[in-house]
Amino acid sequence: MRFQEPPELPSHTPLPTGLAGAAGFPEVTVTQAPAEAILSRADALRRDFQTNFRDQMVESIYSQAMALAARSVRRDGNNRWDLDQRIDRIVTSPVWGLPIMAGMLAVVFWITIVGANVFSELLFDGLFLVESWGVSLFEWLGAPWWLTGFLWNGVYRGLAWVVSVMLPPMAIFFPMFTILEDLGYLPRVAFNLDWIFRRAGAHGKQSLTMAMGFGCNAAGVIATRIIDSPRERMIAILTNNFVPCNGRWPTLIMLATLFVAAEFPPAVASLAAAGTLLLVVLLGVLVTLVVSAVLTRTWLKGAASAFTLELPPYRRPSILRILYTSLMDRTLFVLYRAMWTAAPAGALIWVLANVRVGDESLATMFARMLQPLGRAIGLDGAVMLAYIIAIPANEIVVPTLMMVYAKSSMMMQEGGYEAIRVLLVDQNGWTMLTAVSLMLFSLLHNPCGTTILTIWKETGSLRWTLLGALMPLAIAFGVCFALASVARLLGAAG
Amino acid sequence: MAATKQTNPTAPGHDCGTCASRVELEQMGIRLDSWDHVVALAGNPNTGKSSVFNSLTGLKQHVGNWPGKTVSRAEGGFRFNGLRYKLVDLPGTYSLLSASKDEEISRDFILFGKPDCIIVVADATALERNLNLALQVMEITGKVVLCVNLLDEAKRKGITVDLRSLSRDLGVPCVGTVARTGEGLGDLMRVVAAVIAGEVATVPIRTQVPAEVERALDELVMMIEGVAPGLPNARWVACRLLDGDLRIRQALLSGELARLTDRQQDAPVAAAPSLVSIQGAQ
Repeated sequence: MRFQEPPELPSHTPLPTGLAGAAGFPEVTVTQAPAEAILSRADALRRDFQTNFRDQMVESIYSQAMALAARSVRRDGNNRWDLDQRIDRIVTSPVWGLPIMAGMLAVVFWITIVGANVFSELLFDGLFLVESWGVSLFEWLGAPWWLTGFLWNGVYRGLAWVVSVMLPPMAIFFPMFTILEDLGYLPRVAFNLDWIFRRAGAHGKQSLTMAMGFGCNAAGVIATRIIDSPRERMIAILTNNFVPCNGRWPTLIMLATLFVAAEFPPAVASLAAAGTLLLVVLLGVLVTLVVSAVLTRTWLKGAASAFTLELPPYRRPSILRILYTSLMDRTLFVLYRAMWTAAPAGALIWVLANVRVGDESLATMFARMLQPLGRAIGLDGAVMLAYIIAIPANEIVVPTLMMVYAKSSMMMQEGGYEAIRVLLVDQNGWTMLTAVSLMLFSLLHNPCGTTILTIWKETGSLRWTLLGALMPLAIAFGVCFALASVARLLGAAG
Repeated sequence: MAATKQTNPTAPGHDCGTCASRVELEQMGIRLDSWDHVVALAGNPNTGKSSVFNSLTGLKQHVGNWPGKTVSRAEGGFRFNGLRYKLVDLPGTYSLLSASKDEEISRDFILFGKPDCIIVVADATALERNLNLALQVMEITGKVVLCVNLLDEAKRKGITVDLRSLSRDLGVPCVGTVARTGEGLGDLMRVVAAVIAGEVATVPIRTQVPAEVERALDELVMMIEGVAPGLPNARWVACRLLDGDLRIRQALLSGELARLTDRQQDAPVAAAPSLVSIQGAQ
């Protein structure tokens, strides 16, 4: 007896419900096979399968669903649909798909850099003017020097740095990224990249979790829940860090603008900076693939699983929703978090810079102690100190670095990238090697505290969490060390 | 919660002729302390599952968390043809195969919560993807009604779904709806009531698997039936064991699976004792 058509419900004969009674399993139990025997038999059967059982099941279900849908769904010739298909044929074509994607990324980076430059400078000037007013006010009130210093040159400056360095790129990058998301372009990205990830033994949806990682690696790690296979999910979690998150964008943008772009004529400088960022991102993808391939062949053995990716219809992005998601959910949320870590970090730096042991401040002392380590990878002790202080949040690396370098409150009278250039190049001897090493280190080093905590929560395993934190760090040191050694061998930099 | 405009068909002065099918439906919201049947709502994300939920129960609902999980759980009630139903909104998922929290919760409620019927809400414009979940639910229980939602959007895109042939193929009733406007929900509930009452027998389609897998499944099903005679979803359990599903292994060892069959026979209105935890009204 098959199921009857819903609305009229012609047959009201009470039928045995469901399968339980209907199938009528024989009541004669053959052998009361104990549960353990079933489990060991299941394990033995699983081992005997030619191919991965999970993959076979998924494939069976998907092909059945496809066959069923094909029998009952009819699509009429529809203009919208045709247009979507025509666009898809271009943006997901084997030839044009990847170049179009890279081009789009480059445009987004370029707009971000050009726009951020202008606004950063304005914010910078404004916020540091407030600092000088605050200092004057405190001096006029007769506050002790250490209170003025702690609050204004420490806590406030940490905040001001984070706001002026982070807010402009975020406020430009996130809305543009959200537009791509809203358009429905991101699933196409996953489609384009699927075959590459597959060859690395990873899941095609990993590109989506990486896209989330552009915003925040912790969010990217959570997003790996969309990956069904635990093995591939673990790969996605462990490698998400190789996508520069928004906390690291400002560092990368600043270095690309100050060092790489400066080598080019002004007309193409911002293009060169955008190109540099694109290269950094591509390098991150490359490292992701290499690490995925290595994991697939070592601790996380297995084959990539099949999946169907639904390409949703293109939608007209809704302006209000874009503004809301990108500004409220992303920009302000991230900024708020950064400020919470920046204020105490600013205070800590101020204390380190002002508590003296003998002739030198604590900051100078620590920086000196870390100097050999920093030099070995093309950086210096101050950068190492900044990265240690910035473990809770990557956002504050640059501000911390500036404060370690600046030492006194005199430095930051003029704002903008020019001031930073003077500080880094003229006063602290940075070269192109320093800049490139820092970009690489920033791209590859360990995830921030929040992300590590998220990895721990998502995997529930201390071992994987440790691997997720230490493996990137080791790669960062290895790559930077190799680069610095080669550069020095060639006599490129001191 | 989506602030969709709600019209209560039972409200005085509501004389809309077109929705006569909904007259016997009364949204109960949170005014439901006991019930005759428990119905679960499953579905992919973005299929209008929440619209179905809101249209059936009204805007007042219990919102709490699933026990021990940070996934929110919504419950509401309604009365249909004199019977009181509790509706449990399961997390939106694409499948039941992975170990993600959402999928685990849905899976556990469908299996151990033993709802009287499960409505799988599907997006008519993406039926293929949505059927993946429906097929997996149907492996666990036959008490399934497929709610093919977003028919208005499908129509705009020139997509038509032959519900009659789909019902025949799947072996469970399929009802077309536009949950946002309430269209088809009366039919949906009538079919759900009929499935629960046993007036409509469902014979859910089984996933075709390679011969190698089929042989292994057959062997395990025999063994499982020895331990838990009359278990309706022995084939699904066998599948999970082959996949190495820890939760199901443990349920088999502890005898929890065997007990499932007992409860099914004595108490058809089991109310998922281990899962009831309501933090209070909104």
